[in-house]
Amino acid sequence: MAMFEGLSDKLQATFKKLRGKGKLSEADVNEAMREVRMALLQADVNIKVVKDFVNKVKERAIGEEILRSLTPGQQVIKIVHEEMIALMGGTQSKINMASKPPTVILLVGLQGAGKTTHAAKLANLLRKQQSKRPLMVACDIYRPAAIKQLQVLGDQLNIPVFDMGNKQNPVDIAKAAIEHANSHGNDLVIIDTAGRLHINEELMGELRQIKERVRPQEILLVVDAMTGQDAVNVAESFNRELGLDGVVLTKLDGDTRGGAAISVKAVTGCPIKFVGVGEKLDAIEPFHPDRLASRILGMGDVLSLIEKAQENFDLEKAKEMERKIRKQELTLEDFLEQLQQLKSMGPLSSLMDMIPGIGGNKQLKNMELDEKHFARVEAIIKSMTPEERRNPVIIKDSRKKRISKGSGTSIPEVSRLIKQFEETKKMMKQLTGNSNLMKKMKKKKGAGLRLPF
Amino acid sequence: MVGLFARLKDGLSKTRQGLVGKVEELFTGRKRIDAELYEELEDILIQSDVGVDTAMDLVEAVRAQVKAQKIDDPAMLTDVLKEQIAAMLGSETEPLNLQEGSLTVIMVVGVNGVGKTTTIGKLAHQLKAQGKRVLLAAGDTFRAAAIDQLEIWGSRVGVEVIKQQEGTDPAAVAYDAVQAAKSRKVDVLIVDTAGRLHNKANLMEELRKITRVIGRELAGAPHEVLLVLDATTGQNALSQAKLFSEVAGVTGIALTKLDGTARGGVIIGIMHELSVPVKLIGIGEGLEDLREFAAGDFAAALFESR
Ligand SMILES: Nc1nc2c(ncn2[C@@H]2O[C@H](COP(=O)(O)OP(=O)(O)OP(=O)(O)O)[C@@H](O)[C@H]2O)c(=O)[nH]1
Ligand SMILES: [Mg+2]
Repeated sequence: MAMFEGLSDKLQATFKKLRGKGKLSEADVNEAMREVRMALLQADVNIKVVKDFVNKVKERAIGEEILRSLTPGQQVIKIVHEEMIALMGGTQSKINMASKPPTVILLVGLQGAGKTTHAAKLANLLRKQQSKRPLMVACDIYRPAAIKQLQVLGDQLNIPVFDMGNKQNPVDIAKAAIEHANSHGNDLVIIDTAGRLHINEELMGELRQIKERVRPQEILLVVDAMTGQDAVNVAESFNRELGLDGVVLTKLDGDTRGGAAISVKAVTGCPIKFVGVGEKLDAIEPFHPDRLASRILGMGDVLSLIEKAQENFDLEKAKEMERKIRKQELTLEDFLEQLQQLKSMGPLSSLMDMIPGIGGNKQLKNMELDEKHFARVEAIIKSMTPEERRNPVIIKDSRKKRISKGSGTSIPEVSRLIKQFEETKKMMKQLTGNSNLMKKMKKKKGAGLRLPF
Repeated sequence: MVGLFARLKDGLSKTRQGLVGKVEELFTGRKRIDAELYEELEDILIQSDVGVDTAMDLVEAVRAQVKAQKIDDPAMLTDVLKEQIAAMLGSETEPLNLQEGSLTVIMVVGVNGVGKTTTIGKLAHQLKAQGKRVLLAAGDTFRAAAIDQLEIWGSRVGVEVIKQQEGTDPAAVAYDAVQAAKSRKVDVLIVDTAGRLHNKANLMEELRKITRVIGRELAGAPHEVLLVLDATTGQNALSQAKLFSEVAGVTGIALTKLDGTARGGVIIGIMHELSVPVKLIGIGEGLEDLREFAAGDFAAALFESR
């Protein structure tokens, strides 16, 4: 799958020559870390942030997991991915609401980041989700037609816009807007401000004054996802001057990797609350750290990958598989094929939960579903002859010995796999018989056809 | 002119402070040229958004020079690096392709919010000051109040704007504008376009169509397709430059927002990897804040000690 170019492939290549070595030295890990560093820098993560991050990952990688893994490349990616998600924080798209309305949200940021559009998107979202009665406030008195832009968006959404033209001080406008909201029953006030450079003292002072006068519940920094190394300076300044509550990451519908998000989060500690994914006024989403982590690593968006796999779903093949399962004709060859397809789709744990009929199935969940296990299973099957794969019953002791040697595993492991395979075959039959699994799978277009080993 | 130069220096000082300050600190604070020094040099370059590959190439080039010239004093590296960057930038100034005595059409393209409309305002002002008759076309019929924004710039500068309603096909606006420019005998027509992300096929098709219509109405036009890039942008600027070039035949780049703390190192990366020259730089939001980009001067200004 073309989307898996990038770090994943590079790491795989890096580790290829190490295969069969059994153990990874610190030097091996260092080589992998160079690739990780490259990937992060190419994604525009700030270099200082990259350094800290790589050190952290390295410690973890040398320490444990990786040494025992058969596919160190995958293992490193997993660690990197996990650490990145940890760094970016969870999904926190909550807006702090005032105990006594109105709740005030102040949007700030550089020129051209997308503040005005996101003022409208947020107003629209919170009206829909939380039945708020928003008022948008036009405090950008500098950029030509900025007020008009907000008015047009307000008209489109049928959301009121408060403005006092471009001759009044934005601080006074903001203050008056709150009074207006109070007297007009608006329980949410979203203030759009002019884009400004973080080094412009006068204009940063203006924001500080607005903050003092209207005491917003949320000061959100709007950041263009395409921002480069400078993101740290921008975020740091805005945070120092204003004390940010969150970040809105815009233009994520582009092809940028979006590494600025990590930089911003790392220097401010503020959660990324929302992402903008299009020019339409409903193109706003809660932030998903896992998706962005995959994207920054150049692994594609795991979720869109799955969608892609669903699109590419081959109905004929699925029918054939269904028939095989029902008739218990499934072979280890099919098993291997499924395994490889699954592997090409990325982190398994996240995938498994989404497979209909499996996420909730205790029996299946109890089976070992980790990647390490997969790698060993794959190695074992690959060491079998085609005949053995088709007809595993012929695998007796001497064959087991050969297979375990060839795959670098043990005889009990080979036995266990064969046993598990037979059991799974039975279970699949039951499932298809009892619970319309196949129908459900089809409804979800294919994702379900990955076998649950 | 002195005033102008002072403004340019002022605008560029952030860049200089950042990049040069660090490089000089690095070079003068060291006794030996060693691996560590090269590594730090690479880091500084990366921090300026030069890009990992270009940074490594530059460091390699410096290393080769050090070896060839048997340099052992770190203080001499400033000049070596300056030379290498200048070599990548190309030292020639690339002026706008203005037709003598006939209509020049300049189309301005780029992703959302980079500064297209503002750059058009500034450029119109500059051309008018040179005695040219200028006409603007409000080709952003999509973004809310984009037409009003261009009209305000038009009246600030004192040039007319050809427009239609919001939502009209921008190619139709471009068609009208070329006709108007021909019949009014203006010297330069500047066409604004809506910001669009370069990975959106349909929007890029729309841009292709605008270009085609302009070319059909006036042979050889658009004479200049300016891609506006925001200096704050990281490595994605390369992707922007590539895709806009493919679709609209970009002939030059305008690099905006160099008055911030973003280092503008992205220029080096782009010129190194693509052959599109940077022609203009934006160093503020005012009418006067646009400069012709001169590669040699830029490299020199970057390394001028303060
Ligand atoms: N500091 C600074 N701000 C700039 C510069 N050029 C443009 N801007 C600002 O950047 C913001 C966006 O500029 P626009 O000209 O509206 O950008 P655009 O590309 O036309 O935007 P869309 O049409 O919305 O895609 C405005 O607030 C401008 O004032 C510059 O050189 N320096
Ligand atoms: Mg515009």
